[in-house]
Amino acid sequence: MLKGKPLVSIVSAGLSKFGKLEGLYAREIFAQAAKEAFDRCPNLDPKKEIQALFVGHMGESYEHQGHTGSTVADWAGLLHIPAIRTEAACASSAAALRAGIFAVLSGLFDVVMVGGVEKMTHRTTSEVTEFLAMASDFPFEQWHGITFPGLFALMATAHMHKYGTTEEQLAMVAVKNHHNGSLNPKAHMQKEVTLEKALSSRFIAWPLKLYDCSLITDGASCLIITKPEIAKKYTDLPIHIIGSGQASDSIGMYERESLTSLTAAKISAKQAYEMAGVKPEGIDVAEVHDCFTIAEIIAYEDLGFCKPGEGGQLIERGETKLDGRLPVNTSGGLKSKGHPVGATGTAQAYEIYLQLTEQADRRQVKDAKIGLAHNVGGSGATAAVHIFRRE
Amino acid sequence: MNEQAPFTIEQFYKYINLGKLMGGKCKKCGVIHLPPRPLCNKCLSKEFEWVEISQKGKLLTYTIIHVAPPQFEQMAPYAVGIIQLEKGLRIPGMIRDIEHEEIEIGMELTVNFDTSAVPSQWPQWPRYYFKPTHPQ
Repeated sequence: MLKGKPLVSIVSAGLSKFGKLEGLYAREIFAQAAKEAFDRCPNLDPKKEIQALFVGHMGESYEHQGHTGSTVADWAGLLHIPAIRTEAACASSAAALRAGIFAVLSGLFDVVMVGGVEKMTHRTTSEVTEFLAMASDFPFEQWHGITFPGLFALMATAHMHKYGTTEEQLAMVAVKNHHNGSLNPKAHMQKEVTLEKALSSRFIAWPLKLYDCSLITDGASCLIITKPEIAKKYTDLPIHIIGSGQASDSIGMYERESLTSLTAAKISAKQAYEMAGVKPEGIDVAEVHDCFTIAEIIAYEDLGFCKPGEGGQLIERGETKLDGRLPVNTSGGLKSKGHPVGATGTAQAYEIYLQLTEQADRRQVKDAKIGLAHNVGGSGATAAVHIFRRE
Repeated sequence: MNEQAPFTIEQFYKYINLGKLMGGKCKKCGVIHLPPRPLCNKCLSKEFEWVEISQKGKLLTYTIIHVAPPQFEQMAPYAVGIIQLEKGLRIPGMIRDIEHEEIEIGMELTVNFDTSAVPSQWPQWPRYYFKPTHPQ
């Protein structure tokens, strides 16, 4: 029906430094991202023109701080606009982006800020493991000691058993994303990792090792989106969002149709592709939810970048490298850029914005016109896919 | 079996404490929910009856947890998996009484009940776990 008609346009975007941001609270980190977005768009008067804020944030446990919408609006200098938090675990800010899209499409608002934030590194790994697990089923998964890496490990074991995917192929995802992250000055871990090092790292949840897991990171991200008709007032290079899909699945992994694929991601992708009038072959650059290396391999398959079961071969052939046919996670992904869970969805959109406006510097993909972002909440009970196009 | 018992997670665990694996069968469409639900996810009926599920299952997938949340840290590394029961039902849980190297996808496991240590604070649930049907 819409077939590529812009839903909204991104006129600016901001990203805080990702990493261990000691001594900063989530609201202060969000202010960094907001400031970049304000500075990037001198034609916009944020205090007069931004009419609402939607912010993704997963957990109040980290900082003993709920009520995130008003908290970050206040610290971003946007007092008195309506501001709410959206929560869909690690897909919280893709949900914020969708809330923003709905708000603009409703006609009620012309200019909206969407974003996300999480402050995690001041907590112990054990505490973070517990907080993240809250996004999984409590009475049957958490209660029996199943962690987040554990859930993705269950999928990894099943994928390896069914399709012959190897630990080396998983490690190749880490090697690729660390290479990309080494070119991103805002990435948490800006260093290359060798295949040997990734393969010899300690187990977190067998068969997943330390280098199969994304990082516990602090960070914030945001976008300023507008009605497409007024985008040119703010920038010569608006990026249009032309497809948006979101779906849910059973909270317990054990009740899902498949243990080797995320049904919610497949449904979201279908919605987004149809809305955008774009096929998987039409994507020039993608950011996918590599919370664990196996998740990137499954994402290739769910997004139609390859057939089911062939994700391991796709990474092995190098097709998703920076110089490959379809570069994936040019930012370094959750693996190397980091995964401040609430911030991830709009951080993915930020990278696609940079790529499509040719501001991605050393990791710029040549002639990128259409980009995709794939954000997963929890172990797959939420997924959201967005498709972006330059003019 | 008490037909009037509510079709809740709480009741599921009360049965676990009695050494029974119980599901809720929809009286309208026949689908069995494990755990039980108050609303049938197929036909939206709320009429159910309790059915006892066989404790025999096969391992679909598994992992060995090395980094655990605080309350499980002392047990790590431990094995967890998802088992396939009769009628297409599945549940996740810990796999015990077996060396980790001997765990294999497809192996036969039996649901067992650990009712010795029901916590005194919420959630007051016992734990079930899986062990090999044919120990070596």
